[in-house]
Formats: sequence, C-alpha cells, structure tokens
Amino acid sequence: MSAQSVSMPISSAKASARRRNRISAIIINSVLALICLAWTIPTVGLLVASFRPRDNILTSGWWAILPHRAYITVGATSLPRDTDLSQPIKIDNDTVTDQQLRDGVTLSDGRRVQWNSRRGRTLNVQQPQWTSDTSFTLENYQSVLTGQKYTYTLPDGTVKTDQGEDLSGAFLNSLTVAVPATVIPILVAAFAAYGFAWMRFPGRKLLFTIVVALLVVPLQIALIPILRDYVSLGLNGTFLGVWLAHAGFGLPLATYLLFNYISELPRDILESAFIDGASPFTTFTRLILPLSMPALAAFAIFQFLWVWNDYLVALILSVARRRCRC
Amino acid sequence: MARSTGIQPQRGAAVPGENVAYGKIAVAVVALAATLALLWGGFLLLRDGNMPKLVTALFAIVWGVGGVAALFFSANYLVEAFPDAARRVIQPYIFVGPGLLLLGWFLFIPVLRTLYLSFLNADSTRFVGLENFIFTFTDRAMLESYRNNLIWMIFGTIGCVVFGLLIAILADRSKFETVAKALIFMPMAISFVGAGVIWRFIYYYSPPGQPQIGLLNAIIVGMGGDPQAWTSQLQPWNNLFLVAIMIWLQTGFAMVLFSSAIKGIPVDTIEAGRVDGATEIQIFFRIMIPAIQSTIITVTTTIVIFTLKIFDVVIVMTGGQFGTEVIATQFFRQFFINRNFGVGAAIAIVLLILVVPVMVYNLQQLDKQEAF
Repeated sequence: MSAQSVSMPISSAKASARRRNRISAIIINSVLALICLAWTIPTVGLLVASFRPRDNILTSGWWAILPHRAYITVGATSLPRDTDLSQPIKIDNDTVTDQQLRDGVTLSDGRRVQWNSRRGRTLNVQQPQWTSDTSFTLENYQSVLTGQKYTYTLPDGTVKTDQGEDLSGAFLNSLTVAVPATVIPILVAAFAAYGFAWMRFPGRKLLFTIVVALLVVPLQIALIPILRDYVSLGLNGTFLGVWLAHAGFGLPLATYLLFNYISELPRDILESAFIDGASPFTTFTRLILPLSMPALAAFAIFQFLWVWNDYLVALILSVARRRCRC
Repeated sequence: MARSTGIQPQRGAAVPGENVAYGKIAVAVVALAATLALLWGGFLLLRDGNMPKLVTALFAIVWGVGGVAALFFSANYLVEAFPDAARRVIQPYIFVGPGLLLLGWFLFIPVLRTLYLSFLNADSTRFVGLENFIFTFTDRAMLESYRNNLIWMIFGTIGCVVFGLLIAILADRSKFETVAKALIFMPMAISFVGAGVIWRFIYYYSPPGQPQIGLLNAIIVGMGGDPQAWTSQLQPWNNLFLVAIMIWLQTGFAMVLFSSAIKGIPVDTIEAGRVDGATEIQIFFRIMIPAIQSTIITVTTTIVIFTLKIFDVVIVMTGGQFGTEVIATQFFRQFFINRNFGVGAAIAIVLLILVVPVMVYNLQQLDKQEAF
C-alpha cells in the first residue's frame, strides 16, 4: 500500500484524500442529523400540539398537519329504506355486512363507504385524497397567558363569567425561588471549595469526604425531618425555606465541582497575592471568583434548570403557613 | 464603610501581636449584629407583608442574594479584626462553615434520623431490630423494584454514555456542531412533568380501529401491526420505554462533558496516530477513549447514581404501577402513603448503601488524581 501511494502523483493523492474527506463529512452529518431528528421529534410534537384546537389533539396525531392521504367524504348515497341489516348487504357489485359499514369498507371500484346514518340507511362515499389538518389556534396560549374564561350558570339562572388566574403569578414565584436558590448555593459552595482547596485546618480531608459522600443521599430522605423543623421554626411556606432547601440539596455537587476547578488554579497566582499582603477574603473575592467564572457559570446553568424545573421540594416545603396543619 | 477606614490607623499604631484592636472588634460585632437584624426584618416583611407580587419578587431576590453575601462579608470582617494567630485558626471555618452547616442540617442529620427510624416499627414506637431490613430484602414488590433499578442502571447508563459519546464525537467533526449540540441539550431544560406530557404523545394507546394519536402506535399500525400499550401491558419491557425517556433527558449532560473533554485532547496526538496509519476506529479506541477516561468515569458515576435515585420519570409516567416500581418510589409509597416509617426508612438506607461502592470507587479515582 505504501509503495503505491508513494509512487502516486501528489495532486491525485490530494484529490482522493479530499474526496474521502467529503464522503466522511456527508456520513457524519447525516448520522448526526438522524440522531438530532430523533431527539427533537418529541418536542416538535408538543410544539405543534400547543397550536391545535383541543378536539383535534384528541382525535388525530400532531403529524396530521403534514400532507397525507386520507379518506375524505366526497358524496353520499343511500340504500333502500327496508334493507335488512342483519343480512349481507349488496351495494353495486359488492356484498358487505353491517359491521363493515360501521368501520368503513372499500368497494371493488376503489370507493370507500361508511354509514352516515344507519337508521336512515344513508352512506357516505369517501375517496382517498391528499389532505392536511391546518386548523391552528392561539386559543391555548391565550388562556394560559391571560387566564382561562369560565362561564357557568348560577342556580337562579344568571350567567356568570370568571377569569381564571394567568401565568404571571406562577412565573414571578418561579423566578423568586430560582434566582436566589441558584446564587446562594454557588456562593456558599465557592467559599467552601476555596476553604477546602487552599486553607489548612484540622479535619479537612474527613469533612470533604463527607461532603462528597452526601452526593448520593436521595433528597426524599430529608423532606419530612426538614418539614418538621420548618414548622417549628415558622419557615414553611416562606421563600427563605425553599431557598435554603435547594441550597442544601445542591451543595454537595456544587462543592465537588467547584473544588475540582479551584484546586487546579495555578499556585503561583495565589502565593503572589498573599506575598502582596492580600487577606484570604480579598484573594477570594478579587482573584478566585473572577478566575473560576467558567465553572461558576456552568454550574449556575445546571442548578438554575434543576430549581426552575423542581416540583417535589416546592410541593412539600412551600405549602402556605395558614393552610398547613402539620 | 467610612467608619472602617477610620479604624485603620488605630490598628497601625498598635504593636502587632500584643494589643488587640478592641475598637475594630466592637465595630465588627455591631456590623454583624446590624446585618443580622436587617436580614431578620426583611424576613418578617416578606413573610407577613402584603406587597404587590412584583415588588415582593424583586425584594426577595435582592434580600436573599445580598443577605448571604453580606453575612459572609460581615463575619469575615469580624474575624479579620482578631489577632493573627486567632484569625488563622478561625478563618477557614468562616469559609467552609456555612456550607457544612447547611449540609449538616439538610442532608447529614436527616440521614442519621432515617437510620434511627429504620430500626423502629411502623409508627416509631417500638424497637424491632433488623425486621424492616429483612422485609426490604424478601418482599415481592421490593425484589421487583431491585430488578427494575438494575434495568435502569444498566440500560440507562449505557444509553446515556454511548449516545453522549457518539454525539460528542460526531459533532466535533461536523460543521453544524452548535446546532446539533443545542438540539440534544434542549431536553435538559424540560422538567420531568413536561417530559411526561411530551412522551404521552409518543406512547399514547388507543384500541385497534380507532385513530392512533401516539406516534409509536401510529407507526406500528401504519406498518400493519397491532397497537401496544407501551408503558403498561408489555411487562417487564415497559421499563425500557421509561428508561428511553431518561436517556432522552440526560444524554445532553453526558454530551456536554464529553465534548469539552474531547476538545481537550491535543490535536498533535491524533495527527500522530493518523500519520502512523491508524484507522479512525483505532484512533477512537486507542487514543481518544484513554485520553478522556477520567471524564468517562465521572459521567458514568454521576449517571449510575442518578439512575439509582430515579423517581420523577416513574411517578409521572406510570405512578409505579404495571411492574415499574423502583426503589425510590417504593420508599415514597411506604413513607408518605402507607405511613410505614420503619420500612420507608430502611429502604432509604438500603438505597444509600447501594450507592456507597460507586462513591468509594469515585473517591479512589479522586485520590489517584492527587486532588488533595
């Protein structure tokens, strides 16, 4: 192989290499596209469904918006009024049963017939046609963003219309929970990670091992004891309570990740800061925090997503104080 | 702040190590007390006040974020007023203390409490020894959930790691890297409840003859098969359809970490392999995999732990019915629904013990990297 490729003119070797590159690029991109498509389809389905009217969602899949062949009613026909439905029914050249007509049956001439009214002995005649369901609506978004309108009749006959709650309250609450519940654990964990990485104190290694080991504790263990503590402290149903819980549950991973990053910062920088007379606190705020921005930002994204999407902690700990009887 | 600068010359005047700057300590104590009082006032205002929602939200965010920073600052200010010897001993605890306190309160003490409860009977009135643990290892439903957790651990971890690695490598060589990675990462931003809604559109089952609005059944029926109730009837394979949801959600996490590790492999190493005539497959297995080995271990560990603790996907999709119960849902059922605190606590402890080997292995790796 090597003898051949050496004797090959350079330009033709280059050309074949370029062709090989182009082929492998096509293969790579198409495999990637296939995976991305598989990953995106579930979400696309949700997006499409969000624009469809309620009844359509329940009777056809979201892909009905794509052009597809389906049987469309193009006309009607009727059978004699006295047709006996318990016997095979003759339509033109075919013989069909009542059950087949309920489900729809294709005749030998390509038409499909289905009962329109069984009692009236009328049939819908259908033919396959290209069609797509394009009835879109913004109603779903409207009722979510501005609150759904409920209309109901009172016992005395008057009609009353109520406006349901919109999403703004829930959105503000989510934001109020998520922002501090992201910043607090990161700040606390960054301080702790710096302490573990660059300060000497008794029990350092043991304490750090415990912190990492706590990574595995399923947070469900903690919910009941915490709720009892909160009730006796008057913390349940307050933002502070939810923040602290999220901070506590997020701390092991935050400390572990930030420790890995902060402990690998070059020693020289820190030493020169100390020689210049900076206190550990100054070193931390002026040097460590700016230097570990990438790690802080990466963890902030994950923590924010977790808190924003959390359901269990909020469900159990944010029950309003007046409603809680624990 | 103005007062603190006024204090500075005083300390300069004192002979270092002999006189303690009592004035500065006093100021620092007052500052710390003032911070605490302000935070307490803010807490009362938030809890009992009746402000407009937007004002409450803004105030709460500023109070929460600023409060923690102010506490660190004022506590540190107090410590730095101490003589050097005392400061050196105390200061590390100012740094790690708040973290340890939170962890102790929210995770460590609950674990001890749970351990204690696991030796007591259902309503924690009588000591029963190991009875609860014997139950967790002999009960039929519990054995089923161990089997299911094993399915989750094996298929979920392999799925996430293989897909994550594959996508990271393909994306690294593609021009559409950013778009592809964003699309794969997107499910990470979706909550489990949202994912449940999304996957219901995939797994939805209608009886034969009716229009199928679930994508999977529509495909099956389109190809002439019978519709299946994916998450309920096909035991025990229905677990795999739940695992697929987890893989869909978490592959983005693995992909991001693998991708940054692959970018860290020196280009020269791979080029050298190519020059020596290695095929792409050889380069992958002989050069890339060893180079990113530590990332593979970290990601695998994280996902193994995640699958052992899996809870939300099962609760949202099946509620643990149809033979899909896992350890965490069993724990939830015993503790919160049956109110059998003893058995619930024992299950939680078993779950904790199951994860310990993974953690020990990870800590050994940590020691090897000489992190300490």
